[in-house]
Amino acid sequence: MIIEYLVMNGYGIYVWPAFLFTMFSFATLYAIIKSQLVREQKRFEYKFNKLNVSKSSVATNQKLLKEILDNTAASKI
Amino acid sequence: MLKYLSPNKIFKISSVAQKYVFILFIIVLTIGLLEALVFSPEDYKQSDSVRIMYVHVPAAWISLSIFSLIGFLSIGNLIFKNKNFSIIAKSIAPSGFVFNIVALVTGSIWGKPTWGTFWAWDARITSMLILSIFYLLYILSWRIFDKKNNPEKISSYIALVGMINIPIIKFSVEWWTTLHQPSSVNLLSKTSIHPSMMKPLLIMTAAFALFSILIFLMKYNTEMIRIKNKGLDRL
Repeated sequence: MIIEYLVMNGYGIYVWPAFLFTMFSFATLYAIIKSQLVREQKRFEYKFNKLNVSKSSVATNQKLLKEILDNTAASKI
Repeated sequence: MLKYLSPNKIFKISSVAQKYVFILFIIVLTIGLLEALVFSPEDYKQSDSVRIMYVHVPAAWISLSIFSLIGFLSIGNLIFKNKNFSIIAKSIAPSGFVFNIVALVTGSIWGKPTWGTFWAWDARITSMLILSIFYLLYILSWRIFDKKNNPEKISSYIALVGMINIPIIKFSVEWWTTLHQPSSVNLLSKTSIHPSMMKPLLIMTAAFALFSILIFLMKYNTEMIRIKNKGLDRL
């Protein structure tokens, strides 16, 4: 019965590759975008932790930086 | 209206929303796959090959919608000189491109049992291929041109030229004699798809839309952090 379902009246050789290709494309795009995000977050943490106290206080006064700091593990807050 | 599009507002929302959108996407995709591969009936003419429709059609719809959105955002960028429009457009482009490729590849696979060939230089298929070239040019323009060459402007012009192709794709099946069938789902007229097939189609469309939102949220945050990283260098 399982084999019969997988064969799909002879159209399984078309249906399964179409679905597998779609899921593979999704997984690949997700992995690429996630790795870009993690890389930029790490770069931000590294750069922010290297700032001296006066520069980091200037940086933390900026709205968007506050949001980024809330979402990364930079230690100066 | 524009204040809701401010970078820090979108960043705040996207940081929180990512995990919820991801969970929702997994749930909707699982239901969609079950409906598409198990519960939906086979077609009286195409038999089980009709199941390819559940990935091909939503991918094509979303890829077209995303490019249209990129076009409108590019117009907004050129008129209002709002850089955030171009960052939003840049962030939705990767998922649009992937959906375009998925539509082309799954359409090609579907073509073999239906038309007897994987590829035909048919008006609909060729115009979709041209759309993928515009997607590629749009994405590459951000990578190739540096700040001095104003990539926001160049990418906006590419999107505007590419917009001409959108109505061509939509009406290609009516303007020319094509292998590709006319659209079965219409917003303004009667839909010719049976409800038992419409249900998985709509669920898969919702899943694909959620995936493009998820990719947008992640990519937008990446772009924002990248900009701020450059800002930290200048401090």
